[in-house]
Amino acid sequence: MSAMASTMNNDAILKVEHLSMRFGGLMAINDLSFEVRRGEITALIGPNGAGKTTVFNCITGFYKPTMGMISMQQKDGKSFFLERMADFEVTRDAKVARTFQNIRLFSGLTLLENLLVAQHNALMKASGYTVLGLLGFKSYKDASKEATEKARYWLEKASLIDRADDPAGDLPYGAQRRLEIARAMCTGPELLCLDEPAAGLNPRESQELNKLLRSIRADNGTSLLLIEHDMSVVMEISDHVVVLEYGQKISDGDPAHVKNDPRVIAAYLGVDDDEVETVRHEVEEGAN
Amino acid sequence: MEYFIQQLINGLTLGSIYGLIAIGYTMVYGIIGMINFAHGDIFMLGGFAGLIVYLLIMTVFGGAPIAVALLCMLIVAMAATSLWNWSIERVAYRPLRGSFRLAPLITAIGVSIALSNFIQVTQGPRNKPIPQMVNSVYTIEGISISLKQIVIVIITVALLAAFWYIVEKTPLGRAQRATEQDRKMAALLGIDVDRTISITFVMGAALAAVAGTMFLMYYGVIVFTDGFVPGVKAFTAAVLGGIGSLPGAVIGGLLIGLIESLWSAYFTIAYKDVATFAILAFVLIFKPSGLLGRPEVEKV
Repeated sequence: MSAMASTMNNDAILKVEHLSMRFGGLMAINDLSFEVRRGEITALIGPNGAGKTTVFNCITGFYKPTMGMISMQQKDGKSFFLERMADFEVTRDAKVARTFQNIRLFSGLTLLENLLVAQHNALMKASGYTVLGLLGFKSYKDASKEATEKARYWLEKASLIDRADDPAGDLPYGAQRRLEIARAMCTGPELLCLDEPAAGLNPRESQELNKLLRSIRADNGTSLLLIEHDMSVVMEISDHVVVLEYGQKISDGDPAHVKNDPRVIAAYLGVDDDEVETVRHEVEEGAN
Repeated sequence: MEYFIQQLINGLTLGSIYGLIAIGYTMVYGIIGMINFAHGDIFMLGGFAGLIVYLLIMTVFGGAPIAVALLCMLIVAMAATSLWNWSIERVAYRPLRGSFRLAPLITAIGVSIALSNFIQVTQGPRNKPIPQMVNSVYTIEGISISLKQIVIVIITVALLAAFWYIVEKTPLGRAQRATEQDRKMAALLGIDVDRTISITFVMGAALAAVAGTMFLMYYGVIVFTDGFVPGVKAFTAAVLGGIGSLPGAVIGGLLIGLIESLWSAYFTIAYKDVATFAILAFVLIFKPSGLLGRPEVEKV
């Protein structure tokens, strides 16, 4: 797995082409195209209401886009058109997992169970749709042991192993976020989509999150696509940034490039009143 | 004292049957938030399936050992009823998922009427008796326990244990609990939510079929309207225990069984249903979340 990550080939794992999403009269996304490259951390940023979460919802089968294509290219060469798939198939077959802006853990289940639920399909198959499992077949016992080990590996990685048997709802906020990421990873994704993973975290939790995300990329070869408002996180961990405004792409490139793009500065980061002229000037120069 | 213990035993037997039916109500409510009012008729259907199997065994094979006959009745009733409930969910409830909350509820009432009328037309409107299958009675210190009561309690306990194991320890049960808590999220983790819901209906129906067969064996008679009163009582049991809670359904079932038999023994048998439904009213007024249910707290 780690060999996969070290060979940083620049092929695209996810291609979004001419994506449009209309809600009645509102064009939430308008002809958006971008790529997520394999083995990289790609950040999707933009002001509130720019359509970032809508893009996520299209990718993960929550919404059916009005127009456009979203194709997922797996390591072994299989490709999927995500816009044609039901939500559970996006995870199960296309291997795309996601987390939410507002945490959606199964708060009544323990940490371990949360991670086992994420391995449901493998376990179901191994248990012969419960029948063989009830009869105590060895193949099921092995699979269930393997699943538990995988869950423990991720608990360890998210520094949550001490609380494996507590209900997930009892965890503090930052730990719940890490658990949600661990759970998403237990589905064995090739692409992990994170919707504002750093929202509401204190600086220390934010650091732990960065560490977790980097190690996911390095050790597991999973590509990441994240929506983030916290610029320090974006600049620190992402390899590639896509900037949206009013449903359209206004900039695309590495963090340094995006940070200095005057359109981004004007649109997203905001400028002081007396600087507006300067920025407009720069933008016009850039356009010429 | 002996009389009291005697009534206790009768109550527990009856309560086991109610408990098994109540699980079906509570599970379906837990997973899709809908009261399946047709569940009582599924129970009745199970009883009729058992009856038909019994008659087949008697006429075609000319009889069989009681244990074998009972086992066949249970298995066929479970299979047939599961298939019925699976089809009902598929045809009547699934298309309405995502519709307003009242729609599946009204549909369920329609399905209930359809099922009982179907049985009335195909099986006739009269009481269907079967001969006593198990009739030994043991008397210990003036308290008599019939073998069929023992059989009912043993089968119930065994089923509940198996059922508890499935829900708590298997991937299927985990998927059910996850779907119950957050259906959309469960789907995003790769769980086929529709299938999980179907399996829930099938499991509820299988338990109801066992309850139906045992009801038939206990009372020795079944009629097409028998889905209604036991069904509503089991619903009361589910509400009393806290709807959505599996142990609650069992405890609620036992309590309703006990209340019914004790009321009949010490007050008047004519008002036993009044006593049961008065409890439903009191629970709904004073403790709507039931004995073991979690009150719904809305976060603001």
